[in-house]
Amino acid sequence: MRRPLAALRRDTPGDLAFKALLAACSVLVLLLALYPIYFVVIASVSDPAMVATGRVWIVPREISWFGYEQILADERIWNGYRNTLVYALAGTALNLLVTMPAAFTLSRREFRPRRVLMFFFAFTMFFSGGLIPMYLLLRDLNLLDNWLVFILPSAVNVFNLIIARSFFEHSLPEELHEAASIDGANYFQFFARIALPLSMPILSVIGLYYLVQHWNDFFTGLVFVRDYSLQPLQIVLRDILISNQAFSGGAGGAGGAGAGSYAQQYADQIKYGVIVVSTLPVIVLYPFLQRYFEKGVMIGAVKG
Amino acid sequence: MTSATAVRPAGGAAPRRAGSGPGRRLRRHVRRYWQLWAMVAPAIAFVAVFAYVPMYGLQLAFREFDFAAGITGGDWVGLKYFQQFFDSPQFWTLLRNTVVISTSTLVAGFVAPIALALMVNQVLGRRRKKFLQTATYLPHFISIVVIVGMLQVFLSPTSGLITRVVGLFGVDGANFFGSADAFVPVYVVSDVWQHAGWNSIIYLAALAGVDPQLYEAAKIDGAGRFSIIRHVDVPALVPTMIVLLVLNMGNVLNTGFEKIFLMQNPLNLGVSEVIATYVYKIGILSNQFSYATAIGLFNTLINFAFLVVANQIAKRVSNTSLW
Repeated sequence: MRRPLAALRRDTPGDLAFKALLAACSVLVLLLALYPIYFVVIASVSDPAMVATGRVWIVPREISWFGYEQILADERIWNGYRNTLVYALAGTALNLLVTMPAAFTLSRREFRPRRVLMFFFAFTMFFSGGLIPMYLLLRDLNLLDNWLVFILPSAVNVFNLIIARSFFEHSLPEELHEAASIDGANYFQFFARIALPLSMPILSVIGLYYLVQHWNDFFTGLVFVRDYSLQPLQIVLRDILISNQAFSGGAGGAGGAGAGSYAQQYADQIKYGVIVVSTLPVIVLYPFLQRYFEKGVMIGAVKG
Repeated sequence: MTSATAVRPAGGAAPRRAGSGPGRRLRRHVRRYWQLWAMVAPAIAFVAVFAYVPMYGLQLAFREFDFAAGITGGDWVGLKYFQQFFDSPQFWTLLRNTVVISTSTLVAGFVAPIALALMVNQVLGRRRKKFLQTATYLPHFISIVVIVGMLQVFLSPTSGLITRVVGLFGVDGANFFGSADAFVPVYVVSDVWQHAGWNSIIYLAALAGVDPQLYEAAKIDGAGRFSIIRHVDVPALVPTMIVLLVLNMGNVLNTGFEKIFLMQNPLNLGVSEVIATYVYKIGILSNQFSYATAIGLFNTLINFAFLVVANQIAKRVSNTSLW
């Protein structure tokens, strides 16, 4: 019945095959996930003709900054960038200001209405009024073509609210509140001086979620805003990447010239560059922030 | 009863106060816990205005839209707009497209993260595992516009990266964006590429919680690598699978509007027009507010029904449920 321990340790041929298969799969998955992103980066600085004829695979060839020069000169991109920065920062500030205190209240066990309120919030995750009633509401509130439309309707994300509430419930010992009450602290003081400083991890997590949500928001600009000067980066990106709108320098209009043409090659280089420029903040910050992102999923999973 | 009548002459307000027990309790509660209420009030206000007011506005689906009278002022027309939708030639096409796209996304998007998690979990060495995991969920944070933009350049029939890779296997000049047949596969595969890594985090957490003794016991019983995965790892994931499946069922008809809208072109419209994009076009672009609201409500109701049914089934079969 009992086998010698050594037999458990030594790799059988089956184990070796398994390890080889695993290594192959891991490398494949890694390549699939990262290579497209890497390719965009090298293609954005390579000579467009080299890219178009399939001679750029591993390193950039015949460095060309044409795409980036065009992008630097393009007013729309920088206007969109500025708008997105403003919306993302102001929006995230409001998000946190509204979400954190609410999550704190909903985490207090002595606060009896919290069950009813949780239902009030969670119900909106599964049922909504839909596009048209929302549009008409925003029209009545004069929020169409108004920069506040990027900030106010998305002030509370119920998922993030639940994550923050779980965090308060699980990592704020009840003794802390008792001790603080004995010292005469009321709820405001307890929240501001004790609960909030202790919840910096969760503040970062949902702050990042909100930030990414604002950064990638395309829908709001598409449906609720006509004024181009208010449009965020994602709308500008759509026009360049997908609608193939011409660049100020004349390059970029792909359609008529025919695919594979000279103009098309330069248009593609601009696209690669635009992808890099617009996604850069997320990619650069990513290695530093990823442990926070992950933490959010874990906390959320404790009690969904 | 008698004492209540005796109190009544005391003032006009008294009977109202005596008659509204819950209201008075609430007021007392608010006075006692006013600080907690103050902290949750802004969130309640935002959700009330931007989620519940639009729900109230759903009655527009049963009314004639009246520009002057507003959302609730138009004439009641009952189910006229629902009837119009069911009778319209687009109905079956829209329903079919929506169901095809969302169920294929649901199935692929459900299986891929599980497979990925089971694989990553086998990788030895904390740092290697971490690196693999981190790399696979990077795409999750790329915006949809950029994803579709990348698809367009990668799938370009003349110079696209993916077209060339496919060319290595003998398929020349494949035109993915120009063909209706390729729309669903491209949509689903790119969705899996973007989200499988992120969605696997939760499964990896569940796997990290498996009791190591189970593995030892399985090994001593002579189980091979694959049978350990099959009989120890997979059962450990079942509760998580069920919760996520139920949640996803609630989105059966909630296809990703943004991505589909961005991927649409005249060549694939026959398979890419879904309820959500149709509502946008009918409502926002051609101002048929009542009709569009009715279509949207139909969509929401189907989703909601799926969620409730899936949750009931999960509750009965496995004791796992959302509520």
